[in-house]
Amino acid sequence: MKVRIHVSLKPGVLDPQGRAVHHALEGLGFDGVEDVRIGRLVELEVADGTSDEALERMCETLLANTVIENYRIEKAD
Amino acid sequence: MKLAVITFPGSNCDRDMAVALERASGVAPVRVWHGDSELPANLDFIALPGGFSYGDYLRSGAMAANSPIMRAVIAEAKRGVPVLGVCNGFQILTESGLLPGALMRNARQTFICRTVPLEVVETGSLFTAGYTAGQTIHIPVAHHDGNYFADEQTLDRLEGDGRVAFRYLANANGSQRNIAGILNASGNVLGMMPHPERAVDPAHGGTDGLALFKAALERLATA
Repeated sequence: MKVRIHVSLKPGVLDPQGRAVHHALEGLGFDGVEDVRIGRLVELEVADGTSDEALERMCETLLANTVIENYRIEKAD
Repeated sequence: MKLAVITFPGSNCDRDMAVALERASGVAPVRVWHGDSELPANLDFIALPGGFSYGDYLRSGAMAANSPIMRAVIAEAKRGVPVLGVCNGFQILTESGLLPGALMRNARQTFICRTVPLEVVETGSLFTAGYTAGQTIHIPVAHHDGNYFADEQTLDRLEGDGRVAFRYLANANGSQRNIAGILNASGNVLGMMPHPERAVDPAHGGTDGLALFKAALERLATA
């Protein structure tokens, strides 16, 4: 089973990388970009039947730092 | 007295840390490898050195925080053994939950490598008793991810409980409330981004870091 973990900075946490990319897009002449936030995508190949609870524990212990990041678990079919 | 320096793959300040500890105590620290699952018995002091453990994969300090030896370090820290984490060691301490908050990419995205002035805020701890409150000391920093972040409630608690050990006098990395180093609630764990072990010999350009090691180790020797 393929699982995608989307890790993103919590709202309100300053994202210097996103801000730099935002400036770069503006510099390239792309108008109308209002905000840029950079996150991380972790793709897992796990045994079928891996529980939601186990996936959440993976996120909480290692894949995301919940002080600054949110995560979303997406199971791909 | 028994001291230990933990080396992770990618640590690069472990030898400097060992030299500083030996200079302050006269005792050569035991060197412990990350894959060891046990620490030497009856340690009096544990140091987590700077560097780029595990190549900063995932997040700085995240992999090291989950390495076998850290389970033992966490257990010792909870028993009250003094633990000092410098730079990557500070990142490992926040990632392992021994200290609150997180260290994010520097606000201006650049690696900062220079000697900076710090204010000594709290002098009640084992590590800071050799300084006077409000004293300015000069200690080198060298980091890309030193931007200290915690929520407002945590920051208020750190300040209210006297757990901010050092502040930057000029904030170059974006750290909230200019925080350069913090203590845990019981005061036996200190994490700091600046490198006191790089300021213990006149040839380093300054010796302001020596008082930190001396104060901590002298108090342990007389305990």
